[in-house]
Amino acid sequence: MSQSAQRIVNNPKFQELVAKRSAFAWTLSIAMLVIYFGFILLVAFGKEFLGTPIGSGVTTWGMPIGVFTILSAFILTGIYVRRANGEFDELNRQILEETK
Amino acid sequence: MRAVSNRIASTVAATAAAAGTLVPASVYAAGAVDGAVQKQATNVSAIVMFLVFVLFTLGITYWAARRTKSAKDFYAAGGGITGFQNGLAIAGDYMSAASFLGIAGLVYANGFDGLIYSVGFLVGWPLVLFLIAERLRNLGKYTFADVASYRFKQTPIRTLSACGSLATVTFYLIAQMVGAGKLIQLLFGLDYMVAVIIVGVLMIGYVTFGGMLATTWVQIIKAVLLLSGASFMAFMILAKFGFSPEAMFKAAVDVHPKGVAIMSPGAFVSDPVDTISLGLTLMFGTAGLPHILMRFFTVSDAKEARKSVFYATGFIGYFYILTFIIGFGAIVLILGKDANGAYPFLTAAPAEGVKAAVASVIGGTNMAAIHTAHAVGGDLFFGFISAVAFATILAVVAGLTLAGASAVSHDLYASVFARGRVNEADEIRVSKITTVVIGIVSIVLGIAFENQNVAFMVGLAFAIAASTNFPVLLMSMFWGRMTTRGAVMGGAIGLISACVMIALGPTVWKAVLGHPTAIIGYANPGVFSIVLAFAGIWFFSITDNSAQAEKERRDFEDQYVRSQTGLGAEGASAH
Repeated sequence: MSQSAQRIVNNPKFQELVAKRSAFAWTLSIAMLVIYFGFILLVAFGKEFLGTPIGSGVTTWGMPIGVFTILSAFILTGIYVRRANGEFDELNRQILEETK
Repeated sequence: MRAVSNRIASTVAATAAAAGTLVPASVYAAGAVDGAVQKQATNVSAIVMFLVFVLFTLGITYWAARRTKSAKDFYAAGGGITGFQNGLAIAGDYMSAASFLGIAGLVYANGFDGLIYSVGFLVGWPLVLFLIAERLRNLGKYTFADVASYRFKQTPIRTLSACGSLATVTFYLIAQMVGAGKLIQLLFGLDYMVAVIIVGVLMIGYVTFGGMLATTWVQIIKAVLLLSGASFMAFMILAKFGFSPEAMFKAAVDVHPKGVAIMSPGAFVSDPVDTISLGLTLMFGTAGLPHILMRFFTVSDAKEARKSVFYATGFIGYFYILTFIIGFGAIVLILGKDANGAYPFLTAAPAEGVKAAVASVIGGTNMAAIHTAHAVGGDLFFGFISAVAFATILAVVAGLTLAGASAVSHDLYASVFARGRVNEADEIRVSKITTVVIGIVSIVLGIAFENQNVAFMVGLAFAIAASTNFPVLLMSMFWGRMTTRGAVMGGAIGLISACVMIALGPTVWKAVLGHPTAIIGYANPGVFSIVLAFAGIWFFSITDNSAQAEKERRDFEDQYVRSQTGLGAEGASAH
């Protein structure tokens, strides 16, 4: 291993960054998978529920649920980018600074 | 309006036939205009607007050509694209004519079910962000093979990745070229062959002279045009119903032959295994498309790479919501009477008291969005949307061609054939020659496949990307014990199993080759081929006890540090 890489690995902040960021990324990934496959399973096995009108109109529950799935993808990316470009990048900057 | 509709009136409705019988696999086919179409009368306003687009983008290519000097400029636009611009370009790569016309057509024909596909195409993006984007940016230079081969033997992994890239790009290109020829015949009244040659020549021009910088800006301009056009359409449709979705849905239910059934999931998703398989293929295929992965090297650092995905996800999601509204608007505007009590977009008016058939729309269901543009914006807007559809195809094929050329010049020529002993000028020259070759080959294939069913090809491209490129790329970044042998064997197993299962499945064996039943019942091989690829990588890595394998495992730590922190990563060019 190169010397600078060795110094980074030995820096406790690096361990902190990797642990926090991985946990965050996997949590959000699982959230996305649960939402998406939840939607697909509803489509496969919950057709009647999705086809139930909301109130007295023709708009069904499937519509807001589908739109929610689309919005959730956007919101989850927003949540990740906010924390990664702020907190994590600051930690990363410190690590690289201390390694010099 | 009547006059223009009549121009398309003689079009064979073969395209519509697919609408009622769609199985999940044919989602990829959505936008491909299948079957025979007749040449239409020349559409002057559309041609003029398209010419303006071409002149403008050629101007950009000239500007880009003067700035494109080094290999970094050619492959990665000098690394100077911002996250917002790259987000638009990625969204542009993804918003093909197929997804615009195809998904609006699916919604028009089936209502709610169209949404299921939009969602499937979108949800891969968050995963790209969480798991791939920043590592890719930190480790790579020009192609995803840079990352996949980072600590491994260059020759085998680069060769495998180049095969995966070229296979993906070729199948995708053929589908786009054939779709382009048919669509342009339909919209512009140009000859099929003329249309295919125009697309081929222009894409060669953009890529050889302007490299990634021109390709990116063509894509950005087209994305803005398409998003603006679609926003205008959705706005006009909603305005007709006082901005009440409920009123729009009610009107659609009243005229659609399926009635209230368009408001709930239909028969699309009949087999859960096939559906989950499709979902996996769409998700992981997105993360394995070489022309999209390449875009992550056009930004300056990991921060901008993350922003790119955030903006791209927003634009793509917004676009799918628009196509959903446009699809429902199409139901009302095409299947319902207009202000004069006529049905201007149907081949024949339905009998009194009978609902119009979905398939009776002029030009087939994929034309639903185009007719809707006509109904809400008149002849001029119809011309605009037609020109945007043409521009869309052009921008997407340019990106694909650049990705294919890079796989040949950067991976095969520079790393495998010349073993790294090559100067930049030679490498770029090879890339430009390859671009011309790919352009000519795709013109020839486009003409050769004119009357073939190419619907399965985009599905095949996604399946290969998900079963070869993605597993090798992901494991190379995440799993320290992977070795060259494991990557090559696993990737090859994924590639072969995806191709064989599609060839023996319903989309090729039954629909293309005409056998009565398919040997393999599943249209989407993803759930099998992706798992096989990962299992292959695992098995052939852990059983690899060579000295080379030990060295590769030791080298993981260095790669890991760089992927996490960006230490030593490629920066942006100085200029």
